[in-house]
Amino acid sequence: MSTRWARKDLLGLRELSADEINFVLETTDAFKQVGTREIKKVPALRGKTLVNFFVEPSTRTRTSFELAAFRLSADVINISATTSSLTKGETLKDTARNLEALHADILVLRHSSAGAPQFLANRLKASVINAGDGAHEHPTQALLDLYTIRERRGEIAGLRVAIIGDILFSRVARSNIFGLLKLGAHVTLVGPSTLVPREFEKLGVEVSYKIDDVLPKADVVNLLRIQHERQRREYFPGLGEYIRLFGLTKERAKLLKPDCLIMHPGPINRGVEIDSDVADGVQSVILDQVTNGLAVRMAVLYLCGGISTQ
Amino acid sequence: MKQTKQNPQAAVPIMDAEAIRRALRRIAHEIIERNAPLEQVVLAGIPSRGVEIARRIAAFIHEIEKIDVETGVIDVAMHRDDVGKRPELPLVHASKLPLPLEERTIIIVDDVLYTGRTVRAAMDAINSFGRPARIQLAVLIDRGHRELPIRPDYVGKNLPTATREQIQVRLQETDNEADAVWLGREI
Repeated sequence: MSTRWARKDLLGLRELSADEINFVLETTDAFKQVGTREIKKVPALRGKTLVNFFVEPSTRTRTSFELAAFRLSADVINISATTSSLTKGETLKDTARNLEALHADILVLRHSSAGAPQFLANRLKASVINAGDGAHEHPTQALLDLYTIRERRGEIAGLRVAIIGDILFSRVARSNIFGLLKLGAHVTLVGPSTLVPREFEKLGVEVSYKIDDVLPKADVVNLLRIQHERQRREYFPGLGEYIRLFGLTKERAKLLKPDCLIMHPGPINRGVEIDSDVADGVQSVILDQVTNGLAVRMAVLYLCGGISTQ
Repeated sequence: MKQTKQNPQAAVPIMDAEAIRRALRRIAHEIIERNAPLEQVVLAGIPSRGVEIARRIAAFIHEIEKIDVETGVIDVAMHRDDVGKRPELPLVHASKLPLPLEERTIIIVDDVLYTGRTVRAAMDAINSFGRPARIQLAVLIDRGHRELPIRPDYVGKNLPTATREQIQVRLQETDNEADAVWLGREI
């Protein structure tokens, strides 16, 4: 494993090496430990200013980054699309340059356009952390998924991971695919053919349209949310049919190996992609994902925000 | 004694394996003498060589007194005072201390004491776990040049140096090299 971190930005997992991914996961161990201390705050980023710039709505990712920044003693400003001047016609670049003029050191960006974080990272001295850009990447979500799997199973190499649902529109799926493949897992994508095109096979994953064939072999199933807000109706006929063909119902969950982990990036549509009983069952690690998300984001902010950008 | 590329020809041997062994054994005796009852002592090593040195001191204490003192790991990376000044960051290890710390004596263990900034960070880190009865400091080498009002309680060897000189500690377990301390000039 490499012994040093030298990136100011985290834009996606596609550009990271397996060594770098493992470096972040190992660093996360140290920050997870901080959560068990009497004083859960360390001075690592004291005096740094972090701007949470969320052009798309998000509660859990934003608050997770915010709490991570607090735990690292950074100062935090939250800007959302509705409160920013973007609605007044200011360009992304101008908004960002204004943030830099305020001496922001770290910019956490959620944006509806793929590539927006890259665009800013190339132009700003501040560290840029991608908190989800369009249907492109959501690296911290994938890192926390990897961390949760590694925590439960020890090693990721050799595991069979099924990612189920809306792959086409999912940045979580893309980042997970890159990360899982780099760490040696076998990945199968499952969902309606309209949402899981065969094109994905070019990335080195398997594509299946029969969930009942995939579940018995899986070590991990990661269920993605059906994103009503991104979809027009024609991608599948209706929720009833989706549930019947691809929902992880109580009945279908019986096909899983007893030690198979059930994951979901949240927020859950209970009764759609996953049944309530399954989401709250013993195999579910959905709340572990939330806890680990905080530690992963502390690690990422510490690493990207802690290096010299001079 | 094998010399590697990290040890340029100009490097001077300061301690060999036997000298290191004797120094750590003496420190173990001093810790025993000054810390009754020993059950309250925790040897907290700073990664990576401090952790190994703490383990060895604990083994000597066991050999001498037949008491197992607790050991811990205290990583100082998140408590350092040079945030944003380094182009690359090393791996942070998870800290581990037996809890609660109240009533205990924490002995910080490291290989080389220099500016004192690492020890300052270690004390901050310990305080985030709780409030120990006292904190002490044990080092294999004290090379001087303190930048903070910090002094060691247990010293393997005092070694006056110039700031441009380098101290290299090598331990079998952490460096896969024979135990040794070298003094070299930076090139």
